[in-house]
Amino acid sequence: MMNTEHVDLNKLTTVAKQVRRDIVRMVHQCQSGHPGGSLGCTDFLVALYFHIMNHKTDFNMDGTNEDLFFLSNGHISPVFYSVLARSGYFDVSELATFRKLDSRLQGHPTTHEGLPGIRIASGSLGQGLSVAIGAALTKKLNNDSSLVFTLHGDGELQEGQIWEAAMFAPHNKVDNLISTIDYNGQQIDGPTEKVLSLGNLKAKWEAFGWDVMEMNGNDLADVIRGLEEAKSRAFKGKPIMILMTTNMGHGVDFMMGSHKWHGVAPNDEQLQQALDQLVCDMQDY
Amino acid sequence: MKKYSFTEKKDTRSGFGAGLLEAGKKNENVVALCADLVGSLKMEAFIKEFPERFFQIGIAEANMMGIAAGMTIGGKIPFTGTFANFSTGRVYDQIRQSIAYSDKNVKICASHAGLTLGEDGATHQILEDIGLMKMLPGMTVINPCDYNQTKAATIAIADHHGPVYLRFGRPVVPIFTDPDQKFEIGKAWMVNEGKDVSIFATGHLVWEAILAGEKLAEMGIDAEIINIHTIKPLDEAAILKSVAKTRCVVTCEEHNRLGGLGDSVAQVLVKNDPLPQEYVAVDDSFGESGKPAELMTKYGLDSENIIKAVQKVIARKNAVKSPQVVEL
Repeated sequence: MMNTEHVDLNKLTTVAKQVRRDIVRMVHQCQSGHPGGSLGCTDFLVALYFHIMNHKTDFNMDGTNEDLFFLSNGHISPVFYSVLARSGYFDVSELATFRKLDSRLQGHPTTHEGLPGIRIASGSLGQGLSVAIGAALTKKLNNDSSLVFTLHGDGELQEGQIWEAAMFAPHNKVDNLISTIDYNGQQIDGPTEKVLSLGNLKAKWEAFGWDVMEMNGNDLADVIRGLEEAKSRAFKGKPIMILMTTNMGHGVDFMMGSHKWHGVAPNDEQLQQALDQLVCDMQDY
Repeated sequence: MKKYSFTEKKDTRSGFGAGLLEAGKKNENVVALCADLVGSLKMEAFIKEFPERFFQIGIAEANMMGIAAGMTIGGKIPFTGTFANFSTGRVYDQIRQSIAYSDKNVKICASHAGLTLGEDGATHQILEDIGLMKMLPGMTVINPCDYNQTKAATIAIADHHGPVYLRFGRPVVPIFTDPDQKFEIGKAWMVNEGKDVSIFATGHLVWEAILAGEKLAEMGIDAEIINIHTIKPLDEAAILKSVAKTRCVVTCEEHNRLGGLGDSVAQVLVKNDPLPQEYVAVDDSFGESGKPAELMTKYGLDSENIIKAVQKVIARKNAVKSPQVVEL
């Protein structure tokens, strides 16, 4: 079990830097993948796996008596794979196989190749919230008092299934569920406000009956504060939704704040530029 | 022709309801989900017995498939219930990604399949669902023929690990199979041994094949009738053993000619033992409103059409000349 009461922010900051190095190196190596959202959600996933969740790296699909995480926006697989490897689910050397033939690290996450840490395939958007609700219901049936976490893209909220799930969870008091939206305002074709505006997300989720919180997803201290607070608000009759503002591409200045790095790989020169901004004392894979 | 008789008619969906209750009693991990069609799916008995293991999802089938997938994580065995159309076409990508590709132990239970749902018409009469489901890697596809077989199949799939599509229907039909049968997934059932033609039938068409077989016997045609209740995995050995004797085939299903049982059988034949085959199936069209029996006649799915198909395929068999020896 990896949870510790004490927060070592310096350590988490270092891990986050290394994860960002992994992301740009993985995407560069195969010249495909999604660096923007991965970099934006790095602090969140590092906080979750290195501090917030009670989880076992000795992977078992059922995940009984441990917290579970579901990545619904599966295209940010680079950050997910790096965090899983760095927290001990599989050897970091396997990150070098990302998106290559015969790899367990498929372009989008899958259980199909047996990669430890993955409990559902994702990539086709909008499905992860329903899956997480199902896992949360099973925990209740099994008298398992651990939590279920999810992450979704903000553009993903344009999928109708999300709102079916949004209606279901409060009606059924699925209060062992802490969901988070990567609120970066960007999607493939441009800013969400131009493509299909999301409106007042806080008001929408509150109107559906969720306990809605906000946090800064690129400030590790605030992410930990937000997730700790969310945990304290669990089991009180409502599912919890965290609107997490992030910068797409956070940590690499030329990738930040633009949808242009949603699904584009850096070239050799850009990779070096990015790595120069992400210096840390951990080892690359 | 072996004699089949019945004293009672019931809908196959009621067989599902009874089987679900039994499966629930046998295994506490069995849970049920429904998208606002509890009465139509005959789930009331399960709900009464196990209220805490039933989940009303509302009219949100995509969400239902996702929740079912998630509930397997932690060991539950979810049975989803809605009409066949809303169990497949409406939620194809949810089944594909969250259930089939993710190897989840979900039982997709689909009522009102095919034309025989009747008056509601083509919006609800899915005739493509067997094809959609059998194309998914790892999916088991079962279409039982009467109340008893549907009940037995429902109990059997709870003990089978992996995603299953169980297809059944709305109309009352004769109960002619053994109430104490053991249902073996993937194992065809020999209804009648014969030598002149192999009739492979699934679902409601099995009874029609029996009616056809009786009339064919009077006409001097000895039909072998085999119930293919499991379309995937297909009992290829039973098919090849039968055709080795009969040398011609009629397939019968309440489904589009494209992508159903007939195409699965044709693939076995073409790869192993190419032979004449006729399809008793809907000829690539949508259905329409009407009474079930009227629809089965209009769309060519009754015993009379099976008899015509048998006569045609036997004529084709007899017309096949011995291959000529070509000297090189």
